[in-house]
Amino acid sequence: MITAKTAKNLPPHPMDSLLRTERIPHIWCPGCGIGTVFSAVIHSVKNSGWDPNNIAMVSGIGCTGRMAGYIRLDSFHTTHGRALPFATGLKLAKPDTKIIVVSGDGDLFAIGGNHFIHAARRNMDLTVICVNNLNYGMTGGQQGPSTPLGAKTTTTVNGSPEEPFNFCYLAAACGATYVARWTAMQVRSLRSSISEALDKRGFSFVEVITPCPSSFGRRNRMGTALEMLKFYHGRSVIRSDIDPRDASMDIDREIVVGKFVDIERPTFMDHYEKVNRLNSPQWRAMHPDQKAR
Amino acid sequence: MSAKEVKTGIHFINGDEACCEGALAAGCRFFAGYPITPATEVAESMSRRLPEIGGIYIQMEDEIASMAAILGASWGGVKSMTSTSGPGFSLMMENIGLGICTETPCVVCNVQRAGPSTGLPTLVAQGDMMQARWGSHGHYEIIALSPSSPQEMFDFTIRAFNLSEYYRLPVILLADETIGHMTERVVVPPEEEIEIVNRRKPAVSREEYLPYEADPDGIAPMANCGDGYRIHVTGLTHDERGYPAMDAKAQEKMVTRLVDKIRNNRDKIISTKNLFLDDAEVVVVSYGISARSSMQAVQDARREGIKAGLIKLDTVWPFPEDLIRAVAASSKTMIMAEINGGQMVLELERAACGACPVRLVSNYGGAILHPGLILSSIAKAAKGKL
Repeated sequence: MITAKTAKNLPPHPMDSLLRTERIPHIWCPGCGIGTVFSAVIHSVKNSGWDPNNIAMVSGIGCTGRMAGYIRLDSFHTTHGRALPFATGLKLAKPDTKIIVVSGDGDLFAIGGNHFIHAARRNMDLTVICVNNLNYGMTGGQQGPSTPLGAKTTTTVNGSPEEPFNFCYLAAACGATYVARWTAMQVRSLRSSISEALDKRGFSFVEVITPCPSSFGRRNRMGTALEMLKFYHGRSVIRSDIDPRDASMDIDREIVVGKFVDIERPTFMDHYEKVNRLNSPQWRAMHPDQKAR
Repeated sequence: MSAKEVKTGIHFINGDEACCEGALAAGCRFFAGYPITPATEVAESMSRRLPEIGGIYIQMEDEIASMAAILGASWGGVKSMTSTSGPGFSLMMENIGLGICTETPCVVCNVQRAGPSTGLPTLVAQGDMMQARWGSHGHYEIIALSPSSPQEMFDFTIRAFNLSEYYRLPVILLADETIGHMTERVVVPPEEEIEIVNRRKPAVSREEYLPYEADPDGIAPMANCGDGYRIHVTGLTHDERGYPAMDAKAQEKMVTRLVDKIRNNRDKIISTKNLFLDDAEVVVVSYGISARSSMQAVQDARREGIKAGLIKLDTVWPFPEDLIRAVAASSKTMIMAEINGGQMVLELERAACGACPVRLVSNYGGAILHPGLILSSIAKAAKGKL
């Protein structure tokens, strides 16, 4: 087991330049899928060609929210559900900065659901990575907006009486320009989707179905972390480019994975400049092709 | 048409518009907000003015998002503000706490209306005084200013930005409906005469920089996002590196600094306007629109031969307890005039500490205090009646 003491004696890792190594070991449970997603994000950042000083990470609260504390970028661990509006302000203040928002399903879609809808509608130029572990992990495993109907959590001991959200369908409906879903076992596809999402201008969204063996898995008798990974992977069916409404997310039947949306749409700033700066001489000089509305 | 960032000249505008002009003169280039009476005119003015000078106005989905967005913009290095009224102010509380904990400069204008709840949307009150002080959870210090005219809306907004940039916290502009909607003469001075304070930048390299290590005056230099310092910012209790530190010792250290940076500098922050204090026997303490009613009452009392005085609180938080203690010792009675059931009067009683009786003149909101009401309280106090 790697402890703070033994970690100091480990040889350097190729990704160390993007890690706050002094903060390792991290707080995530053994077998948690967040590490896989974190690793995929770091790979994509490293391979993106962007200057790391021009990339920032914004997170909300929860297990996934802690990612911001381990990445060696300008990183902001904000309040529960508010990562997206915080990132919106940051992006508008620094339009040339690439901003990655990472958070869990509860943070992004329950307490932060309204912000998600509007950030996608505005097509804010942000990349949003949602680690969906089907419950609230940090607080010990309560029911959330993604908890499957009938699943057991500490607040639904007889099974959840609610239908869960389909986040990819929601993201597409709200206007996201890039939408993809993978399970944490499909690492190569996940990395390539995160890279595509980072390259995308506009609101890009990647959902990752990850095991939470300590809470969700344990209460629903899903076995070890590896068995959970294999279970989600076994339920997954790759169906890229289908209508997002058919991209079902049902762990009892099938988890449709793939890339569902990849479109071009003007961002908030594109529209803002067009409607507000048309009469500004400086702006017109900068964008001679935009003279006419 | 080239738009001006500072509209030097004499204007006839309302308090909300004056707030907008003050913000722009202070260097504000980002506004995120949500419409709410009686603060909507601040947002409307911003939506017209910001784009023409290269700034960003965005109407968010709610006040929670507005507050979060101005914090994000501030970390992006842009001076930012939002404006709201009671219901929206309630929604902003959580992220005001984030701003306090992460020491993020920004300005929140609350044009107060009567509550609780939806209350009287179009009518005046001063019921959010304690909410401004204690509304977000946990222990902290806050700075709040209370303008009594459109001119002060302009002046105090600039000061609010300067204080927020210097002391690194959200500064509250506690206006009220009457001041926000009142139209008066507002003088905007030449740009070069306006004092502007900008946040302190780190003077050391990335390797040496500790984001929350304070200078001797208690203020930590602030690196913005993109400055190359790769900062980590969290609302968790944190150490000098900005990293979470989950124990009582770290909590004690962090909160002590957040509190002390305001308390130890309170003489520089606190501002009052004092009238007839030299020989005053009955001293009215007031702020915002109520300070104008009080001013009239005190002058009327003087005409009647009563030795009345006035302390107008330009800054309501921190409360000028040292001044009050000194004045209470030589006063027959002190009176708080405010439009709520008695909020700042609690502070007045605390600071006077029994040195003289303290009276309250107030209503629960919906109308300003009539000067006659305050005058009769002064007259009774002068006669020694309680």
